[in-house]
Amino acid sequence: MTDTDYDRAPGDATALPDVEQGTSSGVLVYSIGLALAVVLTALSFWVANTSLLWSGGVSIGLTVLAIAQMGVHLVFFLHVTTGPDNTNNVMALAFGVLIVTLVVVGSLLIMADLNDSMMPASELMNLQMQH
Amino acid sequence: MSTMVAAGGEGYRGARSDSYEIAVAEKRVVVGFGFWIFLLSDIVMFSAFFAAYAVLAHSTAGGPNGLQLFNQRSVAIETGCLLASSYTCGLMALAVTSRRYALTYLTALITFVLGAAFLVLELREFAGMVAVGAGPQRSAFLSAFFTLVGCHGLHVAGGLVWLTVMMAQVAIKGLYHPTVERRLLCFSLFWHALDIVWVWLFTVVYLKGILS
Repeated sequence: MTDTDYDRAPGDATALPDVEQGTSSGVLVYSIGLALAVVLTALSFWVANTSLLWSGGVSIGLTVLAIAQMGVHLVFFLHVTTGPDNTNNVMALAFGVLIVTLVVVGSLLIMADLNDSMMPASELMNLQMQH
Repeated sequence: MSTMVAAGGEGYRGARSDSYEIAVAEKRVVVGFGFWIFLLSDIVMFSAFFAAYAVLAHSTAGGPNGLQLFNQRSVAIETGCLLASSYTCGLMALAVTSRRYALTYLTALITFVLGAAFLVLELREFAGMVAVGAGPQRSAFLSAFFTLVGCHGLHVAGGLVWLTVMMAQVAIKGLYHPTVERRLLCFSLFWHALDIVWVWLFTVVYLKGILS
């Protein structure tokens, strides 16, 4: 037999649905998630508006903050963990992330490449995209 | 008998090892996993809209760009509403697990009101943009914007309808009904996933939109 007796439904806080866990610990998990998400959101808005930071890095910083916040949501709100009872959920999630990355990064790369090769004159760079 | 079933059910890690149900995962787990797959496919669909938006973000055709159109304050309030409603949705899931009716209704009501507030703010923003001639037909950038943000808004609207139906089911069938419980589990997954999409959305569309 395998090392675990239970699979966990995504979003389930407890590994044993029929054994009631204390509600207070559940509230604590959601509250920690909320606090972290609020901090990360506030940071995102601050980073986008401040002039203190090097402007070239702001875009990457925002991406990192967004990914961090998505992680917070997954762990504290959706209760996705690395535990063996969550393997199926994590595998499905990993596949979804792979497809999303392929679609988004692939589109951006291909379109940037097309822009480069179709418009040699720098002043015409954006022309084809504007019509 | 038990061991035979266990051998036949290798590969499944569904239920207790000492029971006959060894080969069958609990229905709650199967339903949750199936809905999880649906959510991921929904997010893949969103990623196509995100890719379209990212490619077309600068194609304003001489029309207004994000910096001129986006109101950061409104976006911050929308973000707060959705985040808070995600939190109360989590509290609702806990209330459902501990079978507290009053708490379930209360948290569902707060979730609904916050979700509706988000939707009202977004519709006001859309109406304001259309009023100044920045509707979806103005430029490729605005077409992509309205498709992406509107699609998320439609999901939120659908979630509000779903939540209303679920509360009616709780009132009629009760919280001890396993079907109702499974549907509420799926609803909270859906609502949290919408919040994740919104995190991505407000970063890529609104915050990066005011940078350029």
